Amino acid sequence: MATMGSTYDLARFGAERPSFSPRQSDMLLVMGTIAKKMGPVLKQVYIQMAEPRWVIAVGACASSGGIFDTYSVLQGIDEVVPVDVYVPGCPPRPEAILDGVMRLQDIVRSESVRRRETEEYKALLESYGIHKHG
Amino acid sequence: MKDMSELRPKLTTNHLVFEDNDPQDELVTLNLGPTHPATHGVFQNILQVDGERIVSGISTIGYIHRAFEKIAEHRPYYQITPLTDRLNYCSSPINNMGWHMTVEKLLGIEIPKRVQYMRVIIMELSRITDHIICNGILGVDTGAFSGFLYVMQEREFIYEIFEEICGARLTTNIGRIGGFERDFNEIAFAKVKEFIKRFPSVLNEFEDLFTRNRIFIDRTSGVAAVDPETALSYSWSGPILRATGVDYDVRANEPYSSYEDFDFDIPVGENGDVYDRYMVRNEEMRQSMRIIEQALEKIEKEPKGLFHADVPEFYLPPKEMVYNNMEALIYHFKIVMGEIDTPKTEVYHAVEGGNGELGFYLISDGGRSPYRLHFRRPSFINYQMYAPMSSGMLLSDAIINMSSLNVIAGELDA
Amino acid sequence: MAKLDNQTLIGHLQQQFASDIQVEGEPFGLPTIETSKERILEVLQFLKTNKDLQFIYLTDITAVHYPAQKLSIAVVYHVHSLVYNVRIRVKVFLDGDKPEIPSATALWNGANWMERETYDFFGVIFIGHPDLRRILNVDDMEVFPMRKEYPLEDPNRVDKKDFFFGR
Repeated sequence: MATMGSTYDLARFGAERPSFSPRQSDMLLVMGTIAKKMGPVLKQVYIQMAEPRWVIAVGACASSGGIFDTYSVLQGIDEVVPVDVYVPGCPPRPEAILDGVMRLQDIVRSESVRRRETEEYKALLESYGIHKHG
Repeated sequence: MKDMSELRPKLTTNHLVFEDNDPQDELVTLNLGPTHPATHGVFQNILQVDGERIVSGISTIGYIHRAFEKIAEHRPYYQITPLTDRLNYCSSPINNMGWHMTVEKLLGIEIPKRVQYMRVIIMELSRITDHIICNGILGVDTGAFSGFLYVMQEREFIYEIFEEICGARLTTNIGRIGGFERDFNEIAFAKVKEFIKRFPSVLNEFEDLFTRNRIFIDRTSGVAAVDPETALSYSWSGPILRATGVDYDVRANEPYSSYEDFDFDIPVGENGDVYDRYMVRNEEMRQSMRIIEQALEKIEKEPKGLFHADVPEFYLPPKEMVYNNMEALIYHFKIVMGEIDTPKTEVYHAVEGGNGELGFYLISDGGRSPYRLHFRRPSFINYQMYAPMSSGMLLSDAIINMSSLNVIAGELDA
Repeated sequence: MAKLDNQTLIGHLQQQFASDIQVEGEPFGLPTIETSKERILEVLQFLKTNKDLQFIYLTDITAVHYPAQKLSIAVVYHVHSLVYNVRIRVKVFLDGDKPEIPSATALWNGANWMERETYDFFGVIFIGHPDLRRILNVDDMEVFPMRKEYPLEDPNRVDKKDFFFGR
């Protein structure tokens, strides 16, 4: 929330419109702890995004489960969705989140346009149980 | 002004399962799902709607359940403080202080007055941050984004004060059992004084945007009105209970940390609707400013430089002494390894959190971890009335109602 | 309004219920009594409706597991008299194999989710509860996680090797 406020201002990096519909967005920021109950919901949101899509795992809990090594917490969201950038911290400072977004912009700039069609990418999605069409 | 009685919901049951009340399948099932822009956190409401009007609803929570109570049984007392941070993360110093006071009550530690006043300053500052977020987001939900931006700047300033004191912005882990880890330095005091000077004018500006705004009043006045008997039977506490007319505030009923030395009022509303909750929170922010001013004056009179109680068995000695002094080394070892005996008894301590009575029920078996620790979380208990309350409401009113309840997902699920 | 102190409170309760309640003590000024599951609703009702006591506010319901005892699950009620500003703690010890107790939702609506949470974590069945199902954990979980025999970490996790953590 503070990242979108005036002092840190995520909007100047191009994230002006936090869209509340996954179908129209490019980047998914997953913040906070994801419990096992929330895992299928997160996967559903990811499936609803249209290609090209990127995921940033913000925070220690989203990256790896954080300090909560318990029976009810997903130990990292990369158990359910493929992740592009991990931003550590508990909570991460707004500058760290901005840095993560900028790294993602580097990835986007340098990525091949045909990446989403390659066999490797398809295999990655299959390994998560996300099928390309539906 | 709408007729209040027409909009007061009829709460005849707390039965939350959908009955077969729709034989011709005319109602729409709407999933106000865990990821939704209007829900401030991850909790789900499945609503049956008839056009715009909600017929009934079921709440589902637990999407961020992190098993705090189970973790607490495996951690020593001083390692549970970062866990309590993450309960109500918008006002985490209050949780920290509440936990420390619970353990101090259990161990029978007397805290010097200066430390208590410092704690009061921190707690009131974090109460202001909590109410800033709640009222700011209430404005955003009614459609007015700019008020939120202005008051977030003040929250950034409070973050700077917290950073000066403990190094962290949000999850602060402030204080130790027995006091604080270091004294507030000059810069911290100067920043607190500056905050008191400049916050009232920002709050006035924020109020100018909303309090007599025709659109805001139409959106919030008369919406979700609750009478005091119903609120008490659902064990509500905090600003939402005070908005219905019951003046229950833990700071006044059972003063802790020398709140009895301070002179402050408890704002109470009339109808318990969303507008009253907004006004109660605003007025509480003003009262918090009063308390901070008085605390700063009182600290001037106390001996300088005192920031912890003299309890070497529970408060880590400074590192220079540990390396040079045999006694300090032994105490350090005993505290960290948990060899100090704690009384085998149980204690319940409550503090006034941003949302209501935050209680800690601690049973100790003499070891270094609690035997059982239970958090009485106000958001969890306040939220159970939401689904019965929203039957009969318009959908947009239900959204406003939810943001005025100030449900923080971390405290809801724990 | 006369002030109600702990002695008078215990006196009223003992007068009404005689041997059905045992006074456990007053840790840190909070009178604690223990009663049986047959009498708990009457005790709570007496506390709530008696005009000298008026414990109208239910603060919390929770449970504790003592595996070493025969009556291993204790359900703990904290009730608060807002009128006289007195708190009381009521405990009921239940048999660990079949923990059943009448529900307090008849007296306070707020007991609804508190009892669901207690059921979710300890498996205590509240008779008469309108909707007793899990609230915080996943719905298809079979065990009751807060009981002492259940471990903290997920036993099925594959990424953390116990060898490196010294276990």
